[in-house]
Amino acid sequence: MSLSLATRSPMPPEEAAEPTAAESPLPVKVQIKDVGFRYGKFEALKNISLPLFDRRVTAFIGPSGCGKSTLLRILNRIYELYPGQVATGKVLVDGRNILSPGLDLNLVRAKIGMVFQKPTPFPMSIHDNIAFGIRLYERLPKSELDDRIESALRRAALWDEVKDKLRQSGLGLSGGQQQRLCIARAIAVEPEILLLDEPASALDPISTQRIEELIAELKSDYCIAIVTHNMQQAARSSDHTAFMYLGELIEFDVTERIFTAPRVKRTEDYITGRFG
Amino acid sequence: MGLYGRRRLANYLMVSLSLAATAFGLLFLVFVLGTLLKNGVGALSMTLFTQATPPPGSQGGLINAIFGSLAMTVIATLVGTPTGILAGTFLAEYAHGSRLGEFVRFINDILLSAPSIIIGLFVYSIIVVPMGHFSAWAGSIALAIIMIPVIVRTTEDMLSLVPNTLREAAAALGAPKWKIVVTVTYRSALQGMLTGVLLAVARISGETAPLLFTALNNQFFSTDLNAPMANLPVVIFQFAMSPYADWQGLAWAGALLITATILCLNIGARLLASWSGLER
Repeated sequence: MSLSLATRSPMPPEEAAEPTAAESPLPVKVQIKDVGFRYGKFEALKNISLPLFDRRVTAFIGPSGCGKSTLLRILNRIYELYPGQVATGKVLVDGRNILSPGLDLNLVRAKIGMVFQKPTPFPMSIHDNIAFGIRLYERLPKSELDDRIESALRRAALWDEVKDKLRQSGLGLSGGQQQRLCIARAIAVEPEILLLDEPASALDPISTQRIEELIAELKSDYCIAIVTHNMQQAARSSDHTAFMYLGELIEFDVTERIFTAPRVKRTEDYITGRFG
Repeated sequence: MGLYGRRRLANYLMVSLSLAATAFGLLFLVFVLGTLLKNGVGALSMTLFTQATPPPGSQGGLINAIFGSLAMTVIATLVGTPTGILAGTFLAEYAHGSRLGEFVRFINDILLSAPSIIIGLFVYSIIVVPMGHFSAWAGSIALAIIMIPVIVRTTEDMLSLVPNTLREAAAALGAPKWKIVVTVTYRSALQGMLTGVLLAVARISGETAPLLFTALNNQFFSTDLNAPMANLPVVIFQFAMSPYADWQGLAWAGALLITATILCLNIGARLLASWSGLER
């Protein structure tokens, strides 16, 4: 963790409650620039531009099919697993365009962790689930590896529940535990950005609350983007909110403003439940 | 009779018909197994496993045929399993709707339903004829060719059942494709793939036609893979058709052995398929 922290600029003061995101003095971690997305003839995203701030949570909200998950899936180029899908524009991470073809994709993904809607533990032990990602990049002696696994599980608030059964299958955990295992697996690689694709929508309310608490804690170290269907969740856990509709970014602002005084009528309609 | 009464009657009729059809099928299965047990159990003896097939009118066993069947099945499995699994992996993980993938899948489906005698003739013409003699190698290859499409199919099916989100999760960590396939996808599909291999072994262990044209038979115990080799199906075929009672007895014993083996393989496959939740 310390490695990646050292490269970051110091934490901005909390009271910098800026009026709009555009005037914000926060350090930008990811700059999304004119991003478009097509599969076949269908244009799923049009001209999306917005910043993701470091050590802040940005929520993507909008009705089903608005492209919010698609946008998230561009940020680590996971869409490329499926042929025929094309992203245009730029995604600058620390100033480097990760959409440019020459880049080492696996190294990009090492910096950008992702957690999916459904928990995706690998069919192996809890220990090996976390070790899987670490072993992709580092060869550590056993004791160091075990330390890294412990610290990842602690950060994901799962350690106390699994410390006595690290050798048991990750598939034996409850849904909420599995999701925290996936978060631990993602942060064990020491990424700088976390992408969360509806991470709590398949979980019960108590597990959801734990995940939200976890997001609040992780925020101090990562740039987090979260896609959510749940507007209360967006309001509770994010600093900035992007409202999307039919593949377009309708409004992006500080979360409080989006939920109290949106500038666009359509945002207001969605927030207040008039459509979507 | 009201609507409800008619539905009850229709339901009753359909259930009766289904039961009758099941009973009809089971009747023959029980009949076959019963005959096999009645004639086979009497012919079982320790000499089956200690002596080679005898000339007519003298005592003997089946050890040469049992060894031959085992040897050729093992070689066929060693050749067929990796080939089949790799081809199935190609179809499921790499061929995504490509022309080549479609083509391979189509050819594989044809191979899957090809009569085994055709495969025997094919191996006869490309191996036995050029070599000038029958051999256990030719028999093993014929069996492997029968095995491959079965394994390709089950491997592809089992890999396709692995949810894409699992592949995405591994890719999101930055794992390269081959690593995802080997460490995540294979592990998820392992039981199903092994079940497929066991069923393929069961399938070839009773094949007669392809061996008639390739390994043929051998009166004596032989471990020479370059020479004709005895095997249970062909021995059963020859001995059962013979007029000698002791040969016929050996044929029954051999048939019982093969059936018992296939039964064990199928039970093994079922156990494997239902085995889960244990430490992996």
